Amino acid sequence: MVLVAEPKQVVAPGELLAEGDHLLGDNAYKIGTQIFSACIGILEVDGNRVFVVPLKGGYFPRAGDLVGGRIVDIGLSGWSVDIRAPYEAMLPASETPGPRGPRRRDLSSSFDVGDMVLAEVLDFDRTRDPLLTAKGPGLGKVSTGRVVEISAAKIPRLIGRKGSMISMLKQETRCQITVGQNGVVLVWGKSPEDERVAVEAIYMVEREAHTRGLTDRIREMISKSRMVEQVAGTQTA
Amino acid sequence: MSATPQLPPVAKLEQKTVVDLVTKGKRIDERGLESYRPIQIQVGLIEKANGSAQVFLGKSKVLAGIKIETGEPFPDTPEEGVLTVNAELVPLASPSFEMGPPSEAAIELSRVVDRGIRESKAIDLKSLVIQKGKKVQVVYVDVYVLDHDGNLIDAASMAALAALANSKVAKMEVKGDELVAKGGHHQLPLNNHPVAVTFAKIDKTIVVDPSLEEEQVMSARLTVTIDKNGHLCAMQKGGLYGFTPDELKKAVNLAVAKAAENRAKIMAAAKG
Amino acid sequence: MPEPKQPEKLIDEKGLRIDGRRLDQLRPLKLEVGLLDKADGSAYIEQGKNKILVAVYGPREAHPKHIAMPERAVIRCRYHMAPFSVDERKSPAPSRREMELSKVIRESLEPVVLTDLYPRTTIDVFIEVLQSDGGSRCAGITAASLALADAGIPMKELVAACAVGKIQGKMALDLSDAEDKYGDADLPVALVPNMGLVTLLQMDGNLTTAEFEQGLSMAMEACKTIHTMQRETLKKKYATIKDAVEEREEPEIVA
Repeated sequence: MVLVAEPKQVVAPGELLAEGDHLLGDNAYKIGTQIFSACIGILEVDGNRVFVVPLKGGYFPRAGDLVGGRIVDIGLSGWSVDIRAPYEAMLPASETPGPRGPRRRDLSSSFDVGDMVLAEVLDFDRTRDPLLTAKGPGLGKVSTGRVVEISAAKIPRLIGRKGSMISMLKQETRCQITVGQNGVVLVWGKSPEDERVAVEAIYMVEREAHTRGLTDRIREMISKSRMVEQVAGTQTA
Repeated sequence: MSATPQLPPVAKLEQKTVVDLVTKGKRIDERGLESYRPIQIQVGLIEKANGSAQVFLGKSKVLAGIKIETGEPFPDTPEEGVLTVNAELVPLASPSFEMGPPSEAAIELSRVVDRGIRESKAIDLKSLVIQKGKKVQVVYVDVYVLDHDGNLIDAASMAALAALANSKVAKMEVKGDELVAKGGHHQLPLNNHPVAVTFAKIDKTIVVDPSLEEEQVMSARLTVTIDKNGHLCAMQKGGLYGFTPDELKKAVNLAVAKAAENRAKIMAAAKG
Repeated sequence: MPEPKQPEKLIDEKGLRIDGRRLDQLRPLKLEVGLLDKADGSAYIEQGKNKILVAVYGPREAHPKHIAMPERAVIRCRYHMAPFSVDERKSPAPSRREMELSKVIRESLEPVVLTDLYPRTTIDVFIEVLQSDGGSRCAGITAASLALADAGIPMKELVAACAVGKIQGKMALDLSDAEDKYGDADLPVALVPNMGLVTLLQMDGNLTTAEFEQGLSMAMEACKTIHTMQRETLKKKYATIKDAVEEREEPEIVA
């Protein structure tokens, strides 16, 4: 059982990662007893399991995912939603709160083309487009706050191990932050300034996702921004 | 833009049968891995063409017609006649051929057959000059696929060669400002006889002259065109997979032998 | 620009080619990745005077729907030459040559892309030859592999490609435009190194079987060299963010 490539380093498609008895994880493939990377990403090893965390790539829907999507079309019994995936999603009217049996006029009064909606992926398999639901706590039309769209590949880093990064961000920025698995992040703050700092922090995570000491650097950035605010505040006061 | 072709719905069970047999060294029509299907060649069927040939390769049927007309040389080759090769996958030949502009398969077929003839210098283009820089003979090779049961490249290559060997050119001369027929014809001089040999890779086995069923399960295809001296004049890999260098070398050597066998058949038929 | 004249000799008395190269030498090669903003993945290659830009979009929803395949992604590939890319202006309309090259290039990439992971989508590869100098289909494949990886599309390996040819009776690596035009044979090859698989192979001209075997070996060695460069270029691009930030963390040395 030999690791050939260095963990936590960038690996390219086709690069030999390990030889021997390893378990094959995500984004890697096996030829005989050799494991190769299947994408450009960071090599991670978890016990006996060898896998690659992609540095690039779009969102691939999975049942249970929370996603932010934009309504792109209204059909007879539901809406077509762009969830930044290679597949357009369907949100049936039956999966939204409210009275049953809507007519077309009623559909657009719930969600109109261009609206942002927070939904959960109900179902998705190889033969059909993703099915969404907007029934459930916190789901539905997004009318306030700021929308940030980052690479879906960076969402795990934004959440952090056991939620450590996202908890820190919410605490330090004093904002409510909802993270969609598809890279759509919603931010609500008590002030536009707080929201701006949160947005800046989210983009910073996207840019510097695979670097050391990121959590501390972001905390530092947020407190610096806060100091600037305070200074500006006292100057204009 | 080239797109991954839609696969026709071939029954999985039939596919499996072909693959299983080939792995055991057998083929669905009981041929050897290195054997061609029965080849029948007839020449001279289209009297209005300068030359023509029809090839039956198993159930595949291809008709080639040669027209030789006068025209102008290309500006950068004033002392050469012109050769142009075109292949058509006409809709009557297969349920999968559609009407319309040539598909990428038709274009590839045309260009591979063209390469064999052109690169082997089968036709001495200099001999086609009537008046340098002004008037030359233009040889049109038109290949018509009539029935598609696999390996159209080899069938087309055989038909084109047989038709060229069957072709007669009108004797022309320049009188004053005009081009005038001198009367009489002579055989189109052929300096080489290129023959294409196509292989299909099915799982790990390579077979010669794939039938349509075999083409539908093959992972990759290789065409090797050999001239009368046993030299390579064209090669073309096709399909969604690839070959190892050993497979390529083996195929090339086998192609020399198979091309010689087929060349003998073609030239014998052309004399008829 | 007037068309260049036929060179007197392709190989001089010292065994050097018109551009001073030895028979087994590659032209200078430059690779860049991720240079376009809107494309999902992109790459740029300069090889000799070839200047080729590749963009990849996808996997994305198949439009029109009927081209989609239920079990896998469709790969669409367009090889196109800019009108100003050659000596004599080329019409922008797709030629038969471009259609054939689009097909063989697509077929050289199909074996490595893990298309099963994205059924009913398309992966689009757009190759634009901005300047052409012999071997453009091979350079296009080399750049297209990088662009696919840059798009984050799962693939088994990068495909590297290079052509060999015969000039004045001798096998030569990486023919330039003039060498291809006035030489005796041209043999473009694409290779998937860790699988030992040749995914593009074409030939025109006149070669003995021995010359073919020699040429194939030369081309495969060159493909492996190019593949190393591809991998380095790709990894370097993605490691830069990491490096830049880690540099910032170095404590300042106070004198």
